[in-house]
Amino acid sequence: MKKLLYIVAALLVLNACEEPQGGNTQPPQVVTPTETTSLHGFYLLNEGNMGSNKATLDYFDFATGTYTQNIYTLANPSVPMELGDVGNDLKRHGGRLYAVINASNKVEVMDLTTAKRLGQIDIANCRYITFHEDYAYVTSYAGPIQLYPQYEQKGYVLKIDTLTMQVVDTCVVGFQPDELAIVNGKIYVANSGGYLSPNYENTLSVINLTTFEEQQRIEVDVNLHRVRVDKYGKLWVSSRGDYQGNVSRIFCVDPQMDVVIDTLDVPCSNMCIVGDSLFYCASQFNYDNMTEVGTCGIINVKTRMVRTEHLLPDDVTLVKPYGILVNPLTGDLYLTDARDYVTPGVLYCFDSEGKLKWKTRTGDIPAHFVLW
Amino acid sequence: MMNFSKLKRQWLLAHFVCCCGWSVWGQVVVSPMGQTRLDSMQHIREVAIVATAKKTYVLPPQRLEGKRLQALTTYSVADAVRYFAGVQLKDFGGVGGIKTVDVRSMGTHHMGVFYDGIQLGNAQNGQIDLGKFSLDNIEEVTLYNGQKSDIFQSAKDYGSSGTIYLKTRRPKFDANKTYNIHLTMRAGSFGLANPSFLWEHKITDNISSSLSAEYMYATGKYKFRYRKELPNGHVAWDTTAVRQNGDVNALRLEGGLFGYVPGGKWHLKGYFYDSERGIPGAIINNVWTNAQRQWDRNAFVQASFQKEWLKGYDFMLNAKYANDYMRYLNPDTTLMFIDNNFLQQEVYLSMVNKYSIMPQWDVSLSVDYQWNTLQSNMHNFVNPDRHSLWIAAATAVTIWRIRAQANLLATYVYDNTRTPEGVRQTMRDEWNLTPACFLNYEVIKGLDVVAFYKQAFRMPTFNDLYYTDIGNVSLKPEKTTQYDVGVHYDKYWYSGFFRQLSLKTDAYFNQVNNKIIAVPKGNGQYRWMMMNIGYVEIAGCDVSLRTQMRFPYDVFLNVGLNYTYQQAHDMSDPTDNDPIYGTYKKQIAYIPWHSGSITAQLTYKSWEMNYSFSYVGERYHNSANIPANYEQPWYTHDINLAKEFEFKKWKLRIAAEVNNLLNQRYEVIQNYPMPGINYKGIVKIMF
Repeated sequence: MKKLLYIVAALLVLNACEEPQGGNTQPPQVVTPTETTSLHGFYLLNEGNMGSNKATLDYFDFATGTYTQNIYTLANPSVPMELGDVGNDLKRHGGRLYAVINASNKVEVMDLTTAKRLGQIDIANCRYITFHEDYAYVTSYAGPIQLYPQYEQKGYVLKIDTLTMQVVDTCVVGFQPDELAIVNGKIYVANSGGYLSPNYENTLSVINLTTFEEQQRIEVDVNLHRVRVDKYGKLWVSSRGDYQGNVSRIFCVDPQMDVVIDTLDVPCSNMCIVGDSLFYCASQFNYDNMTEVGTCGIINVKTRMVRTEHLLPDDVTLVKPYGILVNPLTGDLYLTDARDYVTPGVLYCFDSEGKLKWKTRTGDIPAHFVLW
Repeated sequence: MMNFSKLKRQWLLAHFVCCCGWSVWGQVVVSPMGQTRLDSMQHIREVAIVATAKKTYVLPPQRLEGKRLQALTTYSVADAVRYFAGVQLKDFGGVGGIKTVDVRSMGTHHMGVFYDGIQLGNAQNGQIDLGKFSLDNIEEVTLYNGQKSDIFQSAKDYGSSGTIYLKTRRPKFDANKTYNIHLTMRAGSFGLANPSFLWEHKITDNISSSLSAEYMYATGKYKFRYRKELPNGHVAWDTTAVRQNGDVNALRLEGGLFGYVPGGKWHLKGYFYDSERGIPGAIINNVWTNAQRQWDRNAFVQASFQKEWLKGYDFMLNAKYANDYMRYLNPDTTLMFIDNNFLQQEVYLSMVNKYSIMPQWDVSLSVDYQWNTLQSNMHNFVNPDRHSLWIAAATAVTIWRIRAQANLLATYVYDNTRTPEGVRQTMRDEWNLTPACFLNYEVIKGLDVVAFYKQAFRMPTFNDLYYTDIGNVSLKPEKTTQYDVGVHYDKYWYSGFFRQLSLKTDAYFNQVNNKIIAVPKGNGQYRWMMMNIGYVEIAGCDVSLRTQMRFPYDVFLNVGLNYTYQQAHDMSDPTDNDPIYGTYKKQIAYIPWHSGSITAQLTYKSWEMNYSFSYVGERYHNSANIPANYEQPWYTHDINLAKEFEFKKWKLRIAAEVNNLLNQRYEVIQNYPMPGINYKGIVKIMF
């Protein structure tokens, strides 16, 4: 009895309350010498695997050459449950930074200079964001539901007043819309149909910016993903393929005629257009030997020709190239490796000659850059 | 460990001995638990036997039975299993949350769970959710590392890396009684209402029947709290919410016929479980509730017959048919709508032959056949079929003070699937051979040195192989190799203060090869594929101590202590060796270095007080052992008080439980908050 009491007493004393806590971070690290530039730095949004609530925001500062992980938690220590689950897109507009947090059903609005939270816009299953004048346009998978004759839920684009952070209008598009781009008074939306596997969507929705109504569809290829505009006003669209016969490809669409004007047999998981160059990266899964190969290359958007398919030096192998950014001032290429999605990713910096300058570890699934 | 058998009547003991073929060389002593009750003519003086049964097991198991099992404040089998050394419980929280068991860090898929001698199957995902098994009708839970080192067993008994045996109550009757009826009501936190009923009937001297029914309802609601402190000690945020969508509604019906024949016994049993539950999901920023639902309907019938045909020749037949239906619904319109159903069927037949060539030398041969199938309404589903054959040859010898056992298991697997056109095609056709051997050297009486070596594997499940888009048909089996050396000491005293001292220490080294891991593939997001890319090395040590002490005034104290140290290194990718971020040679997900438990049971006449403590040390939820992946240690204290009242013809047991006494907030799995302090009351009537 005494012994039991003693044990119980000892355990009561032992029981210092240790509760679940998030947001433990690595200290900031100097990864490269100071760089004199008119730019401040860049943000990198790590997606974090679904259910992990580990979407984090990292920051690189040119002036000090310092890389800081999870800057959102440092800037906003009192926000419960931190940034959220699955950071799907990151863009800037004016003095604000917008992070689309997919599984947390929200767009987080932050101050661009401090990453301090200004508010959030609740949007279920939100995917990508773009801006035009005072409005933000966000794609979402969670459009209106139709139950008969069979369950169907199309995606839609939400128009948000950036001043009030309120949704002012919506426009239904195809199934599971992903990226969107605005050019020539029209919004181009890549419909993926990702939930309909193997019957993916294969169209771009074209929305009239003034009426905010879908005016037509452009047939491109299965499972569309990215849509970007180059400096000549042309659209660059990528498809994911159907993971079977149809492979991932890049297309060029003319927004004057609304037709596909070129197809490049180049796989693409992400792209970044600077000047005449479209930098792309991809990971191709080979079903024959069950291995994944990361590739990275450049397309000249003027000639629409592949300039190189082997941008990376031979001694650097990426498992899963994922996020890509090119500094327009220096030509430096920032490329992330998402690896196995569950362990910390890697950020590589290559100079314009393709030589590795530095690398550092990031959060899980480093993906989306904003340079400012 | 075999020790005090429960309070059995002498005649029953005799029966027990003759039926199980165990020779008891123990000494009859007065029970420490139930004191002599000579008040009633119906009662024969109760005894307990220090039953050092003929050691058919080379390696003794960890066992929870009778009073010790009843003493644990538990909702399901899963809660009891965590008191075994070397075990990690994967608990998603709440009454309805999934609870699976990982023994010695080899992974939850490597656990075999046997229900009344026949393995529970799940060909779809290979996991047995122990949270679905009630302890109401279970009288013994036994854990074997490696395997039950007995040779009179089915071939599948040799097949897992670790095995849990759940033994339901076999009817036993007091003299002059032909029936037993137990009525139990449990109620408490989480909106729990859990009535159950057991009726045992003695049909003839050799045949008895049992019928048991249980219903469980719980809202599954509980408060949970997340908070964060700044380095300066200020609270950054502190938020409390109620766990939603954790409700459970479950009905269990179980019936059995049990019989004895000269030199043998048989049983026939039917099991039916029907449930609906919410899947509470991970708690993430801006999402505090989930809407997913799951329905399970599990039914099986099984039969077992064993007999000594000729002197030295024992024979056993087992058969089973199982039909398991599962429906998963995601009605959440912010996510992909899913309404899938799965139907699994299993037919199992087993034959075991054992022959004693000499008193000190036994050999056995067992052959099992099993057929599994899975159907689903999923798009492009291939409806796999699997035929498996297990052939095990085993031998056991006793030479001088050494008892040894060795076996070789050959496993054949044949899978076929259906193409979209409905044509069957062979997907898999392979044999695997796995050996095992066990040794026990008795240094002096009570002190044994044991060792074992075992290879085992788990077949890729139907989900791993054939799940639409994710499955990978070229997967190899995931293999384990175990090495174990241990020292076990047992001592009993029949008088004085100390009554029992049992100390077991085991050191082990395990390898898991071709570990099946989901890896992302291609350019799309959340496209995964199962791959054989993992390799894990586990070095560990289990220590367990058990004592019984007798204090004045017939106060007895049982104390059990378990401690486990495990170093489970991820050796999968030698190139990923960054000292901070790398995964190479780092601890794998959710395996703590230190874990342990304490159970204490204090009895005084018909009063009983139980205390249990369980501790899981710091862990990481990923092989990258960085602060962002850190999981806090946790410990819970549970306590209960019970009193038994005895009336002329019936008994009443009343118990009150308080779990997580100190209201600790913790998580076993990242973003799945566990309940704080919770209560339960139990009233049980037996006549």
